[in-house]
Amino acid sequence: MVLIPAYNEEGAVASVVEEVRAVVADATILVVDDCSDDHTIQEARRTGASVLPLPHHLGLGGCVQAGYRLAFDLDFDYVIRVDGDGQHDPRDIPALLTALQQENCEMVIGSRFLNAANPRKALLQGGWCRALGIALFRSILRPILGRPVSDPTSGFVGVNRKALEVFSRAFPLEYPEIEALVVLQRRRFRFMEVPCHIRERRAGKSSITAIKAFYFPVHVLLGVFVNVLLFPGSRIWRILRK
Amino acid sequence: MDRLLGAMTVASLLLIVLVLASVRREHIRVEYSISWLAAGLALLVLSLWKSLDQRIAIALKIPDLAVTLLTICGVVFLGVLFAFSLRLSQLKDSSIKLAQRVAILEFHVESLAAQRAINNTPARADAASAQGRLRASTDVPLKPGQSVR
Repeated sequence: MVLIPAYNEEGAVASVVEEVRAVVADATILVVDDCSDDHTIQEARRTGASVLPLPHHLGLGGCVQAGYRLAFDLDFDYVIRVDGDGQHDPRDIPALLTALQQENCEMVIGSRFLNAANPRKALLQGGWCRALGIALFRSILRPILGRPVSDPTSGFVGVNRKALEVFSRAFPLEYPEIEALVVLQRRRFRFMEVPCHIRERRAGKSSITAIKAFYFPVHVLLGVFVNVLLFPGSRIWRILRK
Repeated sequence: MDRLLGAMTVASLLLIVLVLASVRREHIRVEYSISWLAAGLALLVLSLWKSLDQRIAIALKIPDLAVTLLTICGVVFLGVLFAFSLRLSQLKDSSIKLAQRVAILEFHVESLAAQRAINNTPARADAASAQGRLRASTDVPLKPGQSVR
């Protein structure tokens, strides 16, 4: 299944669905609409995609988790998440799927920095503020995950059924990408990165406003910290289990 | 000090009246008014019972009675706010689960209805297809064991 979370993406969602269909023609495409104010649902239905309309706005994590839950209920083996704003290039989907099927890992992340000709330039493409955040999270995640991760904020991810089961029960609700990695690490699941291409968003606007740009790292750091405290073997984890 | 106690009496009475009025107008549910009423009553008792305040100040080893009262007020309100944060978090979790469940059930119901329409009457199936509702059932298989390809 290809899962497309969308919130007010009427300008982009139809072309994203069509592009995905052109690449993986026989895949089920599910658009999860996070209670958009515009015509996202109608645009997605027009292209023939299945639509899961949420009754009220849940935020990105809640929206993605709803899709994971449905995919798990319907017994899908693999789910690839593609953002509804057109930033992810669906031509990279086969690479993610192949890695999931062949590399025996639970999650594959599409990384815009892996194999980049100039990693520093690629990092600074989204602005210095975003670059600073990514660098910060890279350095925080490295000791937790026990290996480097080049693009921890990427929403272009694929998961297999084991990860799907975990995420359908517990998934971070806001800014979920980084915390999701720690949730997987808690269960000793494996992940890998494959290179992917990121494009300019087709329409709509980013949910990260100026105020949220400050709130985002605080929220994510706290979420990561709480998840680390719950790692099996930690003293707090043992106390909570008692 | 007496002016502070007087102000505290008025403030706690106002809090109790405000909470009761809100409960009467059904702006606050009874179960959520109890914490605020308890806080208001506790502050009212402290403001009217000066000797009790002095005993607490001595027990806490805080020389200034005013500081003692403000500390107690702070602790009471922090306690109430913490209780409500817990409750809000529980309610948010429930609301998210409920919204996801409703959306998924609605999706299944629509899929089944469309499937039924296909099986029963071809004319109705065409009509439903024209509305774009059949796509969901045809795109997302209800049979287990399906993968992305």
